[in-house]
Amino acid sequence: MTNHNGRFGVHGGQYIPETLMNAVIELEEAYNHYKEDKQFNQELTELFNEYAGRPSRLYFARKMTEDLGGAKIYLKREDLNHTGSHKINNVLGQALLAKKMGKTRLIAETGAGQHGVATATAAALLGMECVVFMGEEDTVRQALNVYRMRLLGAEVIPVKTGTGTLKDAVSEAMREWTSRIADTHYCLGSVMGPHPFPTIVRDFQAVISREIKAQLMEKEGKLPDAVIACVGGGSNAMGSFYHFIDDADVKLIGCEAAGRGIDTFETAATISTGRLGIFHGMKSYFCQDGYGQIAPVYSISAGLDYPGIGPEHAYLHDIGRAQYVPVTDEEAVEAFEYLSRTEGIIPAIESAHAIAYARKIATVMEKEQIIVITISGRGDKDCAAIARYRGEDIHD
Amino acid sequence: MTRIGKAFAKNKAFIAFITCGDPDLETTAACVRAAVDNGADLIELGIPFSDPTAEGPVIQGANLRALTGGVTTDKIFDLVRGLRQDVEVPMVFMTYANVVFSYGAERFFSTCHEIGMDGIILPDLPFEEKEEFLPLCHAYGVNLISLIAPTSENRIAMIAREAEGFLYIVSSLGVTGTRSEIKTDLESIVSVVRQNTEIPCAIGFGISTPQQGAKMAGISDGAIVGSAIVKLIEKYGKEAPAYVGAYVREMKEAIRKVS
Repeated sequence: MTNHNGRFGVHGGQYIPETLMNAVIELEEAYNHYKEDKQFNQELTELFNEYAGRPSRLYFARKMTEDLGGAKIYLKREDLNHTGSHKINNVLGQALLAKKMGKTRLIAETGAGQHGVATATAAALLGMECVVFMGEEDTVRQALNVYRMRLLGAEVIPVKTGTGTLKDAVSEAMREWTSRIADTHYCLGSVMGPHPFPTIVRDFQAVISREIKAQLMEKEGKLPDAVIACVGGGSNAMGSFYHFIDDADVKLIGCEAAGRGIDTFETAATISTGRLGIFHGMKSYFCQDGYGQIAPVYSISAGLDYPGIGPEHAYLHDIGRAQYVPVTDEEAVEAFEYLSRTEGIIPAIESAHAIAYARKIATVMEKEQIIVITISGRGDKDCAAIARYRGEDIHD
Repeated sequence: MTRIGKAFAKNKAFIAFITCGDPDLETTAACVRAAVDNGADLIELGIPFSDPTAEGPVIQGANLRALTGGVTTDKIFDLVRGLRQDVEVPMVFMTYANVVFSYGAERFFSTCHEIGMDGIILPDLPFEEKEEFLPLCHAYGVNLISLIAPTSENRIAMIAREAEGFLYIVSSLGVTGTRSEIKTDLESIVSVVRQNTEIPCAIGFGISTPQQGAKMAGISDGAIVGSAIVKLIEKYGKEAPAYVGAYVREMKEAIRKVS
C-alpha cells in the first residue's frame, strides 16, 4: 500500500527540514533491516509477551451485549497491557530499534501522557535517557502521568507554545530532534509524521488486529462484522484495522473526537471538519483555516486533541475502506461511565469514544453479528478530569 | 541575469529576514525599506504560520504576534505590491508548505509572479518532496530555494546540482535563533557546493553580530540574518525601522569589508 517516500494514495511523504532527512533515511534503512531480522523479532516478541503482558485479552462483554440487545460485543483489552495502554506496543518496537541503531536517548511527544509513560518505561528498561514533551495544558489535565514519567526517570518538558496541547508537543519534539540527532531517536507515538513513522508505528501496532483475528477465530470461528477504535493520530485504530483491511466484509470504524460538536470550533474531528494539507511531516487531512493556519482544536480527551490524522487513515477514508465518525465529549463521558458500571472496566476517555459509537450501532445490528471495540487504554488517568466535567472536584 | 543573481554579483550579500505583519504591515513595509536603504541585498519575507516547526522562540513569537494581529497571505501579497513600487532588490518568501498548499499552489505562485517575488524558501519541503511545487515554480518564474544542513553530508552534491536562485546553508543543528558560536565545518560544505553548482550560497541560522556576519560571508557568498532583526522589531515595535536600518548598515559594512 505504500510506495515511494511512504505514500498512501496522495497522503504521507516526508515534509520535514533538510536537517532531519538523513535521520529518517537512516531510520528507514535500519527498520527495513531489523524487521526481517530473526533475533530482533525474537527479542521484541519476548518483550511483548513477558514484559508487556501480550497477547492482550479479547473479552466477551456479556452484560453490555445483553443490555444493548443487538450485536455481540468483544473488547480488545489493550488497557491490560503494561503501562495501561496500546502505546507500549509501538514504544517497545521503536526503543529496541533505536538501541540497535546505537542511539542512547529517546525523545517523545505525549498528549494524554500514555505514550510518554510508555516511552519512559521502555527507556528505563533498556537503559536509555528519556525526554518527553507535553503540552502545558495537558500536564495539568494529566498530572498523574507527569508524575509517573518522572518516577520512571524521564524528564518532562511542559510546552507553552501554541495551544499547549498535543500538536505543540509534536512540534517541540521535532525542534528538539533537529538540534540533537546523533544520539537521539524521536520515538513518535502515532501513525503520523514523516515516512517511515506511519509505517513503523502501524507495523508495531498491527499485533492488535493479528491477535483479534486469531482470538475471535478461536472463540467464534469467524471474522467480526465491525472493528471500532478511537482515532486521534490513529495508532490503536490502525493497529486494530490493519489485518482486516483485505477482509472487505469487516467494517472498520474510527471514532474521532468531536469535542463540543462538529458544528462548533471546539472540535478535533479531522475527517469531519478538516481538509487536505501538509503539516508535521505529512500530507493528510488537517483542521485548518482558509489560509492553512492549523486550527486550535479541542477535545476532553488529551490523547485525541490533535488537528490531523495519520496518512494511512486519510487514504482508507478516501477509498471508502474505513469510516470515520465524530463522537462528542458528552457521548464519550457517558460511555466512560457506562462501561465502568456495566462491565466493571474503566476505559480511557479516548477509548470511550469508540464505546460510545458501538452503543449506537450495536442495537441496530443482528444478534449473530459481532463488534470488536479496542479499549486502547485504562481510564484511571481520566478520573479527575471526568469528575471535573461532572462538576465534582477531586484531587488527583 | 535574474534579480537574485545580481544581488550576489557585485559583492558579498547581506540578506535580511522580516516576519510580515509583526507588529503590523505598515511597520513591516518601513522595516523592509530601512533594510534596503541601508544596504540589504535581498529580503526574505516571512509569511507567518501557526506552527513554525523550524523556528526558535524569537521567530515563533513574531509569527504569533503577526497572526494575532490578523495578517493573511492576501494582505501580504498587497504589502509586496506596495513595496514593489520602489523596492528593487530581490525578495523571496519564507513560509511553510501548508501556507502555499492551502492557498492553492497555482494561485499562490501566479500571484508571486504577478507581484514580483523572486523566490520562495520552504523549510519543510526537502529535496525528496520538491516536485510538490517545483513545476509551478518554474511555470511562474519563482526560484524554489534549497536548504543544506550540517547533517546533509552525502546529500549536499545532489541538492546543489539542482539548486536554483541561491543555496541556503543552515549553519547549525536545531531551529532558528541567535547563537554565541557556530561550530559546523561550513568550509567543507561550501567546497562541495562549489564543485556542484555555480549559483551563490549564503549562510543563515544563528548569525547576529558583525563579526559572525563577516566570517560567514567570508566562507560563502553572503550572510542571512533573521532572529536578530526580529528581536529588534519585538523590542521597538512601530519604532523598529530606524533600529533595523542602523543594524543592517552595521552588518553590511562588516560584510562589505570581506568582499
